[in-house]
Amino acid sequence: MKKELRLLKGNEAIAEAAIRAGADAYFGYPITPQSEVLEYLMLEKPEERTGMVVLQAESELGAINMVFGAAAAGRRVISSSSSPGISLFQEGISYIAGAELPCVIVNVVRGGPGLGTIQPSQADYFQATKGGGHGDYHLLVLAPAFVQEMADFVPLGFELAFKYRNPVMILTDGLIGQMMEKVELFEQIPRATEFDQDWVATGKTPYRERNVVTSLDLQADQMEKRNHRLQAKYKIMQEEDVRYEEIACGDAEYLMVAYGSSARICQKTVQLAREKGIKAGLLRPITLYPFPTKYLEAMADKVKGILSVEMNAGQMVEDVRLAVDGKIPVEHYGRYGGMVHSPNEVLEALEEKIVKA
Amino acid sequence: MEETKSLRRGEASMDVKDIIKGENLVYSKSSLMTDNVLSYCPGCGHGTVHRIIAEVIEELELQTQTIGIAPVGCSVLAYEFIDIDWLQSAHGRAPAVATGLKRVMPDKYIFTYQGDGDLAAIGTNETIHACNRGEHITIIFINNGIYGMTGGQMAPTTIPGMVSSTSPYGRDVSTMGNPIKISELVAQLPGTWYVTRQAVHKPGNVRKAKKAIRKAFENQALKKGVSLVEVVSNCNSGWKMTPVQANKWMEENMFSFYPLGDIKVEGQLVK
Repeated sequence: MKKELRLLKGNEAIAEAAIRAGADAYFGYPITPQSEVLEYLMLEKPEERTGMVVLQAESELGAINMVFGAAAAGRRVISSSSSPGISLFQEGISYIAGAELPCVIVNVVRGGPGLGTIQPSQADYFQATKGGGHGDYHLLVLAPAFVQEMADFVPLGFELAFKYRNPVMILTDGLIGQMMEKVELFEQIPRATEFDQDWVATGKTPYRERNVVTSLDLQADQMEKRNHRLQAKYKIMQEEDVRYEEIACGDAEYLMVAYGSSARICQKTVQLAREKGIKAGLLRPITLYPFPTKYLEAMADKVKGILSVEMNAGQMVEDVRLAVDGKIPVEHYGRYGGMVHSPNEVLEALEEKIVKA
Repeated sequence: MEETKSLRRGEASMDVKDIIKGENLVYSKSSLMTDNVLSYCPGCGHGTVHRIIAEVIEELELQTQTIGIAPVGCSVLAYEFIDIDWLQSAHGRAPAVATGLKRVMPDKYIFTYQGDGDLAAIGTNETIHACNRGEHITIIFINNGIYGMTGGQMAPTTIPGMVSSTSPYGRDVSTMGNPIKISELVAQLPGTWYVTRQAVHKPGNVRKAKKAIRKAFENQALKKGVSLVEVVSNCNSGWKMTPVQANKWMEENMFSFYPLGDIKVEGQLVK
């Protein structure tokens, strides 16, 4: 089979991958820096290619609730937005998580808080990994670092969303969303034709009880049971679906932890550090939730210190510290508010905060 | 005592058992109404509207084709009472949820069941845009002029001067704003096909309301846009009245502000 190579923006890769992943529907609302997702989909006429529904909603509230509706029918549904829009999604995401529906949500993060800026940022780490909306829930969070992964994580996202009946977030940023890279596209996955899962609201048949897709349990003991069910899923995620990449970690004395755009920058820093004789390594978490806690716990016995390098004021560093549990120094470095650190700035921080400390 | 078991008809007396016979059966509970005890206050219109919807779905043989969207409000538990598939949506978002569901299953019958706080306040945006896009859905809109579930607060539909727990001296439109006639508003939009206002406080009104709801469901097959049935209802608990007082008050005060009848039929405004 001839490989299909395309030069695509990260946002376009998400859109093309959605069609190819056999998505049944996309609902979205324009916001910079991710509007290309909706634009690409509208241009591609997925209705003709696969029968996929694409609809521009009246708001992010509208979009996420359309996702809720279509997901309740057992369909593969995807939506995308950027930070301020993702904040508006949160009500719906909480309901989707509570009602245990699968879907994929892409956050092309920009600098915040508030209206912030349109430049790339990783400031939504807390919101993505700790729940985001109200209630005790988690999303499964995938963090692509390349346009290739923007494409590949869409079908992976659907697979995991349906495995857990839980929303999956692809947490990326304006840098990867806007950059163009070569992408090897996977072949078209056919859309599902049967939607007979035992939880779907597709019309009650005489052969089953009515299905009610709800996040409500008026009785607290029932609501606790629902929460137990959610927590059990998160435990399985921790056991079965932690994903990460090790870069020069084997002999590393100093470890950097970075995901997405920041990981690409830190990859260069590893090279620069090693040229100076500093044995640096990089852990790139690919799933931010579940977090590679066990890996870091083990690394705490092997390296002298860890620098968490994030395009924010220090968020993932808290998860790194929890994993390391005080055994070795853990520091944070990062530019934020839409600024992006350079490999040299990271190297300087590594030397100052970890190597010399 | 025989009195409890027999009914006097002039000189003759008749046993109840003689009356409960097949040929005398003029009414029975819809098979789509579950045996769950209704969570509504005695005297409330919700139960009647539920019953009408169940009857319509049953008569049109749409049980396997229909999915309801329950709102946040008194009818949040509507899914306990009608034996079809349901979704329970966030407050006000039912029309967006219905849009998502209908777009992936265009041949199914999708309806939302919403109160006035849900549909006309927090969900105004979703309501107007679903109506304007012309989604082929049915919206059942219960307007009792009040937030019932949270204890009788002022709603967007509370009429001028009406007392509620957050307008204890009556709604003063100069500071609290005016009530909104959402049905008249959405009737102006090209995406609505059928908009009507009904009531269920008297048998005649129940029959008319059922006819309207039936039409609103049948319309989905036409794929001509939204059918919205507003039902002006009492909330005797929230209004702090007996059911009888509440129905009287509704007739005397609500109907002049929210006149009953068709507002838009087959895409044309009723003059």
